[in-house]
Amino acid sequence: MSISKQHHIDNPSVLYMDGVSVSFDGFKALNSLSMFIAPGEMRAIIGPNGAGKTTMMDVITGKTRPDSGTIVFNNQHDLTRYDEADVANLGVGRKFQKPSVIESLTVFENLEMSLKGGRSIWQALVHRLSGAQKEKLDEILELVNLSDRTHHLAGDLSHGQKQWLEIGMLLGQEPQLLLIDEPAAGMTDEETMKTAELFKTLAKKHSLMVVEHDMDFIEALDCKVTVLHEGHVLAEGSLATVKANPQVIEVYLGR
Amino acid sequence: MTNQTVKLGPLATLLMNDKAGRYLLSVLLAMSIVIPLSNLLLPEGSFFHVSTYAMTLLGKYLCYALLAVAVDLIWGYCGILSLGHGAFFALGGYAMGMYLMRQIGDRGVYSNPELPDFMVFLNWTELPWYWQGFDQFWFAMLMVLVVPGVLAFVFGALAFRSRVTGVYLSIITQALTYALLLAFFRNDMGFGGNNGLTDFKDILGYDLQQDTTRAALFFASGIALILGYLISRFIVTSKLGRVLVAIRDSESRARFLGYRVEHYKLFVFVVSAMLAGIAGALYVPQVGIINPGEFAPINSIEMIIWVAVGGRGTLFGAVIGAILVNYAKTYFTGAFAELWLFLLGGLFVLTTLYLPKGVVGLWAQLKDKHAQNKQQAAMKEVEGDQA
Repeated sequence: MSISKQHHIDNPSVLYMDGVSVSFDGFKALNSLSMFIAPGEMRAIIGPNGAGKTTMMDVITGKTRPDSGTIVFNNQHDLTRYDEADVANLGVGRKFQKPSVIESLTVFENLEMSLKGGRSIWQALVHRLSGAQKEKLDEILELVNLSDRTHHLAGDLSHGQKQWLEIGMLLGQEPQLLLIDEPAAGMTDEETMKTAELFKTLAKKHSLMVVEHDMDFIEALDCKVTVLHEGHVLAEGSLATVKANPQVIEVYLGR
Repeated sequence: MTNQTVKLGPLATLLMNDKAGRYLLSVLLAMSIVIPLSNLLLPEGSFFHVSTYAMTLLGKYLCYALLAVAVDLIWGYCGILSLGHGAFFALGGYAMGMYLMRQIGDRGVYSNPELPDFMVFLNWTELPWYWQGFDQFWFAMLMVLVVPGVLAFVFGALAFRSRVTGVYLSIITQALTYALLLAFFRNDMGFGGNNGLTDFKDILGYDLQQDTTRAALFFASGIALILGYLISRFIVTSKLGRVLVAIRDSESRARFLGYRVEHYKLFVFVVSAMLAGIAGALYVPQVGIINPGEFAPINSIEMIIWVAVGGRGTLFGAVIGAILVNYAKTYFTGAFAELWLFLLGGLFVLTTLYLPKGVVGLWAQLKDKHAQNKQQAAMKEVEGDQA
């Protein structure tokens, strides 16, 4: 319980995790994990394989229910009580490690589906794209560099483009918090740097939590870094401080 | 584009990007009108006369085609492989059968004005509660929708909320139809047991043996298929349809986008079950019998083959597949009865291996190949010029 109740009340947070634990068959995937993300903050998460990065995203997004602990979104919603669709609609967007776009739909259709609102059956059945939504779509297409691919099938895009489309879909949801799992995987160096630039622009309006292995990418993000190890926070701070931390070195270089 | 679609009207908008569907519906509409007319108006010897036998057979195919559309809606678009859709078809059929039984009145063997023959035979003295109301056509027709719909709703709500997917879902749907098969076999269920419901006399006061009645039923089947197709088309071309495709291709993506996957699945599952129920209800008066055999798991598997052969996820492919396979079935069960199941199995294997998009996909495959060949030829020519 590293973060006090008082802290929670005084500071507006987008995400507040306190003492979150999850175990699978006796294996503690998360071990009293606590973390705090401020509005508009960008946070990079690193950690060796099995450190609990994906499980952390699973408990935040309602996919996995934690055994104990609290996760509060926006100082008001207890996320442990909601499922994936609820959490998404509250304003948490998630990008998977493997690009998961709908391959048999076009880029446009993928993005259209992501646009905020209209999640009920009836709304989906009678849905017509409004002028404002159309503008929003064009804006996103521009932002993720897919304007010339609008009516191509998502399945025909390159790996990097799929990653960008998925990021575009996150933006369509207009989430307050974006959870992004290894966005730079499979991207060229140029694409990676462009992505880092994009995230920096986004961080002004949204909060971002980026899990990544690529150190150059994290360096380019230029933000606070949290190191996870065995389900809890090992170190937190700038990339330079974290890299200099003897515990972190030990974890990364083996024992 | 938006202005144009408004001018075109809803029907044209639906079929705007569905050239095959436009042809198919035109043919179906023409068939629904011309075939009954030729049966009724042309003399029997005429070359263009369609016999009542042929018309009834075709009518049966149309019911199967509607059933195939229902299967394609959930399997082709939402990825729900139901191996129990025969249950909804049969329930719709039983609802219609119950109405037809009540229509017999005192013309049964035992001349009981109230009870169908099989109940008299079982020494029952009064109509069970669940047979009440089926003497009213409107009530029976309501039940044709309600019974399959409610079953699909309850079953789907449980299965989809527990996130039962893939092969597990297929197995439990199969179990569902098998359980119903066993239940309907029992005499004390009150649905005629092994023999089912048969010996129907008339529908809405019209003699079922009359050509005019048969012609009307054929027409109704054609129209039902057209409407069923349009409803399905409306669903799959809406944003809801794209959400269904998203669920099919990546269920978790749909969830993390904020769509309540179980509600969407439940919605199409219920719509599909109701369409299957309508198909069953139109089928029964044309074949003159409904028995528990309709619940047989093999029937439900056959439906999947129709859709796979025709082309999954196209709707019109389902119609074509159902008609083709059933025509083949009629022919082969007549010519080489014992071979039919082997042929059906072989057909399925061949389709899966060589025609993943079914018969309707073959056309696109050939067109692609042709374009490729042309391109290659053009490239060769360019190379030749350079050399």
